Amino acid sequence: MADSAGTAPPKPSSSVKLVLLGEAAVGKSSLVLRFVNNDFQENKEPTIGAAFLTQKSHLPHRTIKFEIWDTAGQERFASLAPMYYRNAQSALVVYDLTKPTSLVKAKHWVAELQRQASPGIVIALVGNKLDLTSSSDETPETTIAASGGEEGTEGADAAEEENGDARKISTKEGREYAEEEGLLFFETSAKTGKNVQEVFTAIANAIPETQMKTTKGAGAAGGGTQSALGAERVNLNKRPEGAKEGCAC
Amino acid sequence: MGHDSEESAATSNGGTAADGGHDISPPQGENRGDPAIEDTAAATKELGVHVEPSAPSQSSSTSRRLGDEHRPPLPPRPGTLDILKEGNHNTGGTSQRSKQSARPNLQSTATIALSRTDIHTQSYPDGSRETYAASAETTPPSKPAGVFGSIKRFKGLSGSEGGDSASVRSYAPTLEAGGDAESLLGEVLGASQEVPAWKLLSTQYEAPDPFDTFMFEDNEATVDFYREFDELRGGESGEQNEEQQLTQWQSKRKHFLILSSAGKPIYNRHGDDNLISGYIGMIQTIISFYEGANDHLKGFTAAGARFVIMSQGPLYLVAISKLGENDAQLRVQLEALYMQILSTLTLPTLTHLFANRASTDLRRPLQGTEPLLSALADTFTRGSPPTLLSALECLKVRKSQRQVINDTLLRTRCDTLLYGLIVASGRLVSVVRPRKHSLHPSDLQLIFNMLFEARGVKAGGGENWIPLCLPGFNKNGYLYMYVSFVSASEGHGEEPDDDRNETEHQDEIAVLLISANKESFYDLRTMKDTLVKELEKNDSMAIIKSAVRRGRPAATDIVPGTVLRHFLYKSRANVQFTMPSYEPHFTTLLDRRRLLSLYHTLHANVHAKNAHLKVQHCIRRESVSLAWVTPLFELYCVAGPHSTRNALAQSANKVVQWVRREEERVFIIGGAVF
Ligand SMILES: Nc1nc2c(ncn2[C@@H]2O[C@H](COP(=O)(O)OP(=O)(O)OP(=O)(O)O)[C@@H](O)[C@H]2O)c(=O)[nH]1
Ligand SMILES: [Mg+2]
Repeated sequence: MADSAGTAPPKPSSSVKLVLLGEAAVGKSSLVLRFVNNDFQENKEPTIGAAFLTQKSHLPHRTIKFEIWDTAGQERFASLAPMYYRNAQSALVVYDLTKPTSLVKAKHWVAELQRQASPGIVIALVGNKLDLTSSSDETPETTIAASGGEEGTEGADAAEEENGDARKISTKEGREYAEEEGLLFFETSAKTGKNVQEVFTAIANAIPETQMKTTKGAGAAGGGTQSALGAERVNLNKRPEGAKEGCAC
Repeated sequence: MGHDSEESAATSNGGTAADGGHDISPPQGENRGDPAIEDTAAATKELGVHVEPSAPSQSSSTSRRLGDEHRPPLPPRPGTLDILKEGNHNTGGTSQRSKQSARPNLQSTATIALSRTDIHTQSYPDGSRETYAASAETTPPSKPAGVFGSIKRFKGLSGSEGGDSASVRSYAPTLEAGGDAESLLGEVLGASQEVPAWKLLSTQYEAPDPFDTFMFEDNEATVDFYREFDELRGGESGEQNEEQQLTQWQSKRKHFLILSSAGKPIYNRHGDDNLISGYIGMIQTIISFYEGANDHLKGFTAAGARFVIMSQGPLYLVAISKLGENDAQLRVQLEALYMQILSTLTLPTLTHLFANRASTDLRRPLQGTEPLLSALADTFTRGSPPTLLSALECLKVRKSQRQVINDTLLRTRCDTLLYGLIVASGRLVSVVRPRKHSLHPSDLQLIFNMLFEARGVKAGGGENWIPLCLPGFNKNGYLYMYVSFVSASEGHGEEPDDDRNETEHQDEIAVLLISANKESFYDLRTMKDTLVKELEKNDSMAIIKSAVRRGRPAATDIVPGTVLRHFLYKSRANVQFTMPSYEPHFTTLLDRRRLLSLYHTLHANVHAKNAHLKVQHCIRRESVSLAWVTPLFELYCVAGPHSTRNALAQSANKVVQWVRREEERVFIIGGAVF
């Protein structure tokens, strides 16, 4: 409440439920910590169960309040996942660019979300720990371009290794998979902060206004005008485009 | 070392270090030639280890010291936290804790009976380093000898010992002394100049639990303890690296190992599996050797370290301590680690995993639990009054104020709530629970450890939804815990509505709401919001916060002008304890460890099975202390070195009076029940 009191006219505000899924230790909590506190911890302890955090994101025309479920990646908590994604409007499926198995796990999560989560859910595929790769930009030319298949992984691995790079999953592989499945795609570093804000902004932009829930908190003041203002908001359904814009490549 | 080494010879199969040349002793041990080390390392050399099988026919002195009966281990215990049961607070006699309660004639009079028969003074002038009582075992070494002789790596362990530190050396002689007070004390006496009158009394001391305290007299040892919690760091690479790490590993004063009965490593506090695989194999061999003989190995002493083994279903838990704790105390710690494993997995899962495959690797299912186990282990290594006493500490607030908090909890309670707790800086403020369920101290210990010792949950910020099994409540299934921290330093409890989530909670207040329903997060969250709002409205939050900021009172605030530097008072009926601030006398980690070691000694002595000790004075160069046990309470007091016994006794009385006066402030009696 305090935050909107000072500023001139209150922007419309809505809340977005977001769930983070992914293998243990890929950096889910670190991404959230970067987003919420702009901080990073070198040796973050594993999440137990799940953490629930909220964070506001100020977009040009509105304020989004993220209600974030940061889930534990450990296998034994997997059975609780449905509870967290059931009502989520968006999901961040995270893998570790230096760990091939984590992409396999990410694909499982994507499949589960597509099967079980609410139909309109916006999913972002996020390859984290970009700082551990030598080039944070495009994957080197040497990458064997296998068309989105998993066979590509090995070829790419060999190539990266030669470059003295911890990267095990090429940007191309991640992006192609994301495009196939209609996901937003980013490569991030929770450590340096690269692309972290962008992921959340892209998600906020990709969620259709109609699916947003108005919040009681900050929005209450301007509650009456909310829907009206929301209507003149920038174009909504630019999901595929968003994916490309947000991409680190 | 004359007298003592004779004793030690008697008990350890007739050998002193000087004799050397025992079959198992490494002839080229690094210790050779250093007399100071030699005399201490006697046991190491001859035998390496003394093993005490747990055969029921054990001599009374063994069972006394092993003492698992006289001190029931903390977790699963029918007894429950009585605070959480109404109206049970005045009945010391009905205390669920059985220990020592079989002394109906010992009334908790307001004064300490200073009669000669009641007081069994055991002084430890300077020397004071009588070690592990249990180490002084008279088991014929022949049997274990064969086992150890074949394990080469063992030498490495014992070898390092001699080189450890002066403090280790200085107490080692008594390590192997007979379980006879006279001789033990005699040795100590020999080292000291004065021969106090207590020597006369020492013969009355029935259960000498000669017992090491953790001394840090030389710098090396001191530095060591500060390194106790460090990671093992290696040098460049390869062999050298491993050697360095092993040396560091050996220099740790305390280890916890957990392995499966098939010998698979599950957890160890220091170093990785590969590094210490030799030790793990050795321990497993030793244990199974005894299992094979239908005998359960409970503990042994080797190289100045006490090994205590607990077998729990498919698991072996091993504590290795050079800190002078006794077996019962180490067992309580192992029990807590086991409870943590159950808390992660539940008993049926654990059993199932091993029933299917004896060689199951439990590391994977336990993934993520290691930080919790390590937090527990480190708490024990630092020394933990709640663990020592198996009791809880409460935040001191006025009775009427606690009542308001209880009522608020009851009023805002939602349907799915099982337990609700407010905890401030590790101390319990208030509890709400169903009439038919009480909370178990061992469960609370796990929760407190997770929230206040391990950093994971707190560092995450935000609110948490944690599935966990509370073995004391029900070891067969999970409960779900909602956790939210409220900063005590801020002016108002923060709603996550704000832009920033606080990451730095120095003194945090935690609201814990536990339910059996895994879907109830939002219900509990709503309840917490209402609860915090109400607590703020009726000023309770401010009261809690100021109590947290105020901290514990100093001993001199409690008893003006007292000689006491610190004390622990445990109310047996309430299963709670209270203590003053560690300041100003025990500010460092090391000071506190020394204090806790002293408490461990006192505690062990008064809890020794056949001790019949009600009051014990302990005089040392650096402190004078007193343990006083009645059916109602246990009191352990520590004063400066020059305090008189009278002054100490007076202060102890004052403490008891103070607690009586403040009982409903320092303890939660009853709690909120629905
Ligand atoms: N170099 C680097 N390390 C990272 C990055 N993000 C996270 N880490 C590290 O990776 C480890 C795991 O990070 P977490 O954020 O705890 O991973 P998580 O996905 O939340 O793990 P679980 O809670 O167990 O599922 C930590 O030691 C982090 O410091 C990153 O972008 N770069
Ligand atoms: Mg996490």
